[in-house]
Amino acid sequence: MLPQIQLVIPELVLLCLASIALVLDTYSTSKNKVLTFRFVQISLLIVIALIFVVSPDTQEYAFNNHFISDPMSVVLKLVICIISLVVFFYSYEYLKEHENVKGEYFVLGLFAVLGMMIMSSAASLLTIYLGLELLSLSLYSMIAMHKDSLTASEAAMKYFVLGALASGMLLYGISMLYGVTGVLDLQGISSFANAGVDADMNIMLVFGLVFIVVGIAFKLGAVPFHMWVPDIYEGSPTAVTLFISTAPKIAAFAMTIRLLSDGLQDLLSDWQGMLIILSLLSMAVGNIIAISQTNIKRMLAYSTIAHVGFFLLGIISGTASGYAGSMFYIIVYAIMSMGSFGMIIFLGKKGYEADQLDDFKGLAKRSPWYAFIMLILMFSMAGIPPLIGFWAKWFVIKEVVAMGYVWLAAVAVVFSVIGAFYYLRIIKLMYFDEPDEMLAIKASRELRLVLSVNGMVILILGFIPGALMALCLSALS
Amino acid sequence: MSSDMESIYLAIVLAPLAGSLIAGLFGKLIGRSGAHWVTIIGVGISSVLSMYAFKDLMFDGGEIFNRSIYTWLTTGGISFEIGFMVDQLTVTMMVVVSFVSWMIHIYTIGYMHDDPGYQRFFSYISLFTFAMLMLVMSNNFLQLFFGWEAVGLVSYLLIGFWFKRESAIFANLKAFLVNRIGDFGFLLGIAAVLMTFNTLDYNQVFAMAPDYANSTISIISGTDWSLMSVICICLFIGAMGKSAQVPLHVWLPDSMEGPTPISALIHAATMVTAGIFMVARMSPLFELSETALTFVLVIGSITAFFMGLLGLVQNDIKRVVAYSTLSQLGYMTVALGVSAYSAAIFHLVTHAFFKALLFLAAGSVIMAMHHEQDMRKMGGLYRYMPITWVTSLIGSLALIGFPGTAGFYSKDAIIEAVHHSSLPFANWAYIAVLSGVFITALYSFRLFFLVFHGKERMDRNTWEHLKESPAVVTVPLSVLAIPSVILGVFLIGPMLFGDYFTAAIHVQANHDVLGVLGEDYHGVWSFTLHAFQAAPVYLALTGVAVAWLLYIKFPEIPAKIANRFKWIHQILINKYGLDDFNQLVFAGGARKTGSLLWQIGDVKIIDGVIVDGTASAIRWFSGKIRNIQTGHLYDYAFTMIIGLLLLLAVFVHHILG
Amino acid sequence: MITLGQVLILAAILFCISVAGIFINRKNVIILLMCIELMLLSVNMNFIAFSHFLHDMAGQIFVFFILTVAAAESAIGLAILVVLFRNRNTINVEELGTLKG
Repeated sequence: MLPQIQLVIPELVLLCLASIALVLDTYSTSKNKVLTFRFVQISLLIVIALIFVVSPDTQEYAFNNHFISDPMSVVLKLVICIISLVVFFYSYEYLKEHENVKGEYFVLGLFAVLGMMIMSSAASLLTIYLGLELLSLSLYSMIAMHKDSLTASEAAMKYFVLGALASGMLLYGISMLYGVTGVLDLQGISSFANAGVDADMNIMLVFGLVFIVVGIAFKLGAVPFHMWVPDIYEGSPTAVTLFISTAPKIAAFAMTIRLLSDGLQDLLSDWQGMLIILSLLSMAVGNIIAISQTNIKRMLAYSTIAHVGFFLLGIISGTASGYAGSMFYIIVYAIMSMGSFGMIIFLGKKGYEADQLDDFKGLAKRSPWYAFIMLILMFSMAGIPPLIGFWAKWFVIKEVVAMGYVWLAAVAVVFSVIGAFYYLRIIKLMYFDEPDEMLAIKASRELRLVLSVNGMVILILGFIPGALMALCLSALS
Repeated sequence: MSSDMESIYLAIVLAPLAGSLIAGLFGKLIGRSGAHWVTIIGVGISSVLSMYAFKDLMFDGGEIFNRSIYTWLTTGGISFEIGFMVDQLTVTMMVVVSFVSWMIHIYTIGYMHDDPGYQRFFSYISLFTFAMLMLVMSNNFLQLFFGWEAVGLVSYLLIGFWFKRESAIFANLKAFLVNRIGDFGFLLGIAAVLMTFNTLDYNQVFAMAPDYANSTISIISGTDWSLMSVICICLFIGAMGKSAQVPLHVWLPDSMEGPTPISALIHAATMVTAGIFMVARMSPLFELSETALTFVLVIGSITAFFMGLLGLVQNDIKRVVAYSTLSQLGYMTVALGVSAYSAAIFHLVTHAFFKALLFLAAGSVIMAMHHEQDMRKMGGLYRYMPITWVTSLIGSLALIGFPGTAGFYSKDAIIEAVHHSSLPFANWAYIAVLSGVFITALYSFRLFFLVFHGKERMDRNTWEHLKESPAVVTVPLSVLAIPSVILGVFLIGPMLFGDYFTAAIHVQANHDVLGVLGEDYHGVWSFTLHAFQAAPVYLALTGVAVAWLLYIKFPEIPAKIANRFKWIHQILINKYGLDDFNQLVFAGGARKTGSLLWQIGDVKIIDGVIVDGTASAIRWFSGKIRNIQTGHLYDYAFTMIIGLLLLLAVFVHHILG
Repeated sequence: MITLGQVLILAAILFCISVAGIFINRKNVIILLMCIELMLLSVNMNFIAFSHFLHDMAGQIFVFFILTVAAAESAIGLAILVVLFRNRNTINVEELGTLKG
């Protein structure tokens, strides 16, 4: 008996395609592995098409309530696939320039996408765990793939140990939840919590909840569970950093909503307080440490941490529109982060990574158009109107104010002000400093085109934020 | 008719934007002359159309335009729109902004002639013009805020245009932080407006405002605050940042590091007056709160008096003009405080012309002196630079309020208005603005005499190359000199005492000081003649005479005075404090503990400790705190466990307790 | 008769030992991998205990999944360890500190 199997067709097809890609790659002899790359791109396109075809408009369960297909999962899966498509493109350009292309990157990437899709559709603690591990294990291997790099192997080891520690804590929390409620599916947990529990049970539940929040915070990179973020961002090859900083954040959002909203909405008052602490610490630590960075990958890592602090504001509000604000924020963040790392790839060339802030010196003289794209990206990250990054901050802050946390909103605004400074420093470097050498920028026409489109999307979305917001609201209604 | 006007207004705004984009993105393609032509034509179009709009509205009985052009987003019943509200106040600002900007574009051709960033510079100043026009033409708070942020950003970029030093990062951080404080207040004000009225549209807010005149809110529980006072003071804090009022003024003198055309356009004529414009625009709100008006008055009079004093001891030609700008902005703020909004706008308009003129003249001198800005190394320039000399004289006369010049009418109106005000502190403000007149005359003519007269103190090489600036410089000077003289005569009647601003500015009957003045007003000439019976003119003339005595007749006296009253001179030189304050405190040398006591509470502390201190504290803190990222796995794991235990302790304990 | 509480306390002690091992051990990366393994096993113990006392099979099935994932995780961990050793000729945790700040 295979109930509702059509709901998982995209995942099943992706699994098959990824396995085929693995086999195909071993037979691919060309130096650039162009066959593997094209196959992976086509696979993602097929999956995107399938998501459109098979997804129901309503909420449906499969596999005994372990798998759910609802509007949110559909939107998130589409976004994850589209972002991964672009990320793989950037990465291919990077790998082609810096070393011989390794097909494993794309195969592992597909498995990571599969893990993220499972996380988006997870309806039980088991599926969340499996999706999370599939994603994490793929990421560990992707970092370590660059076999001869000292920093990459160090980053991989750190990520692996800390990631395993975090998933151990998450599992401990899951076991507590299971012990209290006796069920694994989130629906069951939700109805259990809703029915009201006695004091002893409640302590156990909150005890487990703390561990679960730790697992989520680690995946998001919220302070004090952020320690892996800067080291992994800096140490990994830029192609991998690019991937880690984009799609997995969206999957982490899915995990947050599934666990905290679908499963434990009744414990709102408990996890709200925890998230407020995490959010404040993240905004403070991220924005302040970013100021003293000289490596742009590391600076963007701290900026991620700060952005996570803002992202959490929407979750803290605990309402559907707050979650929609957070979803909007994380999608926008992924697009901005993609562009920023794309820019680093764009400036680099064989044997030289453009990962120092000084590499951006005088970019306006070397290439006004791409300096302008970077300007848009940085302004948007800083939250300067009318770019999309401003709207992202606006929506979450609005939700927090609506919930009566005016002081939290005020603190957030203060930190966004401090944060604006280090983004503006890059703009100052690009526009007001002389380049150390007038190197011509060597980048393929495709890369130039995709990067330009990436920047323009941010600019244009800033003028029509309503469309994306409507999408997010419909996903969470 | 108004649909025609809509396209005209759109063209006014979009022409500079188009010029900026073309010059910025295709700068290399179109070359240097291409870049200045395209931007000058863009701003020229918007200037000419602004004048047309002015004529239409003022003389041809055109209607006030107020319409949304584009709806950005509707969320939760509040819609964000881009729209224009063009009434008499707006159209005045539009003409000033676009015309001064146009002149400065032309002047820049000469001033930035050898600069490698030529195209970029034109692109930025055009972009600035666009942002400033969006700000003044807005019909809602959100667009106002967007324009507000945009002009701030462009100015931040332009101040840094010539920064080459690495330490400049943190010098910029200082200017940035000061403006953020202002913007934060402004944003809180807008948020309060949104929460109270549930709309951001000017007209709707103004229509509902009187209903809330007596409502209160409790910010800290148990205390009641007048809602309107809170809103207005928050908004005014924004104006204090942008219009450089004490104590948020510290960024303006530093901004003189930027190229002179920027100082003229942004830091004298337009952007710094945005705060004044904003308060005048919000007059229906400010009229409801005497507390807020008194606050405005006090801040304005402190700025007007003390910043003028600082101008006396500066030796950098641009810094003198900068302090004079601060002081004049103080005058405008004082006028706002006593509800003489029209007088503030009137002074804003005349000031825009004569201060831009003075800055450009200073720039012309700086060019002739090969970018030497120290006035002690100038002197006797009138022989070599006749046009600059004449135009500077006109500018200085207008600045000190010499009867007949534009500055005379606007400044005299402010002084008289303060005299008639019944607000608390108004008599103090009157003394401040009155003595300010003397100080203004003294520093203006100190500058004038030091630069153009007396001994030629420059070195030989510079002296041999002294010559008048080219036509692209002298033509804008001459064009700006004309309104600096005649504008006052034409505008005083309609602007102050006519019904020019009736629709745009709202004044409550019991605050209407200009109405009182108007009863005694019998035409321009009697106003001018009447001035000779009042103190300000004589104070100004005394100031000029003292400057003449000190710097031409007996040039050795100032040094003696400085010696004799060393301590006063030192206070002024150090901007009311010790530059060493930080060193005294942090380096531990308590050499002058006694003198330290009276420096506490003065301006230098705000500048030196709070602002610089915050900037360097953040930098220091950032450098320290990054060390928690030790690079060791076990420390990372330990941090996570501490985090876990913290959450457990707080929340499980919370339930148990 | 062993009660649920006793098993849970044993699991908690195992969990604490493994967590402590991760941050107290400053020498050998392999010990880190062992600690991670121990941590997963302590969670398994929790699951089995709950499953037994709740008379519900789902917990034990979860354990099988955890065991499978743990196997994959160890494989990847050891692979990373090999790469690390090839690059640095050491697996000392203390020397793993070039990325910082």
